[in-house]
Amino acid sequence: MNMIYAILGVTLAPFAGVLITGADRILTAKFQSRTGPPILQPMYDIAKLWAKQPMIAHRFQPLCVYVYLAAAMVSVALFFAQSDLLLIFFIQAVGAIFLVIGAFLVPSPFSQAGANRELIQILTYEPLIIIVLAGIYLHTGSFKISAIYAMDKPLLMNLPLLFIVFGYALTIKLRKSPFDISASHHAHQELVRGVLTEYSGKMLALIEIAHLYETILILGLCSLFWSSGILGMTVLLVLTYLAEIVVDNISARMSFRWMLKSVWSTGLVLSAVNLVWLYSRGAA
Amino acid sequence: MIKKIIEKSQLKSPWLIHYDCGSCNGCDIETLACLTPLYDVERFGVLNIGNPKHADVLIVTGTVNHRNQNVLKQIYDQMPSPKIIIAVGACGLSGGIFRDAYNVVGGVDKVIPVDVYVPGCPAKPEAIIDGVVEGLSKLAELQKSGNNAALAS
Repeated sequence: MNMIYAILGVTLAPFAGVLITGADRILTAKFQSRTGPPILQPMYDIAKLWAKQPMIAHRFQPLCVYVYLAAAMVSVALFFAQSDLLLIFFIQAVGAIFLVIGAFLVPSPFSQAGANRELIQILTYEPLIIIVLAGIYLHTGSFKISAIYAMDKPLLMNLPLLFIVFGYALTIKLRKSPFDISASHHAHQELVRGVLTEYSGKMLALIEIAHLYETILILGLCSLFWSSGILGMTVLLVLTYLAEIVVDNISARMSFRWMLKSVWSTGLVLSAVNLVWLYSRGAA
Repeated sequence: MIKKIIEKSQLKSPWLIHYDCGSCNGCDIETLACLTPLYDVERFGVLNIGNPKHADVLIVTGTVNHRNQNVLKQIYDQMPSPKIIIAVGACGLSGGIFRDAYNVVGGVDKVIPVDVYVPGCPAKPEAIIDGVVEGLSKLAELQKSGNNAALAS
């Protein structure tokens, strides 16, 4: 049964991802009093990139892209198979690192700067996600997703601060302002194209597809915080993503120093408070 | 069917890069004006992408001189085909009022092949959008003849 869920998840995730990103772009345009592209625009972009003339900047770059895509697909599959949260986390981390390695392979200064920034972003959000997972473990007593679904009350009631911390990690991972430091969606505020500079054509299309998978994975992890009902889960996901889009539109792109300082200070304090609360209640 | 989807996508997602070859900034301002909410070219999938390796449309403004012709050639070479090259403004077309200056090579087409010429001093935003549409219809024609890699080469 889990196998079927995993296969369904991997096949449907890119389509869901296209619709979500398309809606995101339309909403962003509305906020800026524009009309915006059609909802299938991300799919057009990927299909167009797929047919571009191949220009490979380094012979190991395709390998890095394939590992990045495979890691994203496997982590989505494991998520839908209700597997271990830690396993999912480490697999997506391997993928993220390979994207950086691919950018480091090429001596272009833009690609190098982008790769350095991406590394710092990974350094910022990975500890936060680990802490959130630890909080989930403290509460449910297991890293298994199936154990979370077995709970009768939503996680959000007991981990409200950790959900905010997760929101920070989410914003960095989705490459939204103010944390779109390594590769902005808006090229006009970017060092050429950051970590994506040296990827082109089909390789960039594969990275875009992997990004769709990551979006679905992140929203999936977000849905764990309201696992007790479909309606509550949908409302939580829609509200979270809407908040992401609003924050993306109202904030400027900040420097990595600001990101490290603000995200680690607020993130670590919030999660410490939540963890101590969970622990003391467990001990009492 | 996949070929159909890809051909449709190529027409619906032109990402553009803008290179200023030494223009007076008149045409540059008009080019960037296309991206404002007034014209909102993202309706047609047009994004201003600052990277030649991702771009499909190269918009060149200004006269080409002996210094920047190499840069222009390099940007052109870094773009994977199919690509559309659009020369904008009187200077980009022929050298404009600077055509007799000692340092000027001439129009953009002296260095790289050009698909669409957009006249004007400066060219109007509407004319530039029309130029991109014209370039896309040229791409559509080439798709019909099954030879779309041949554009601007």
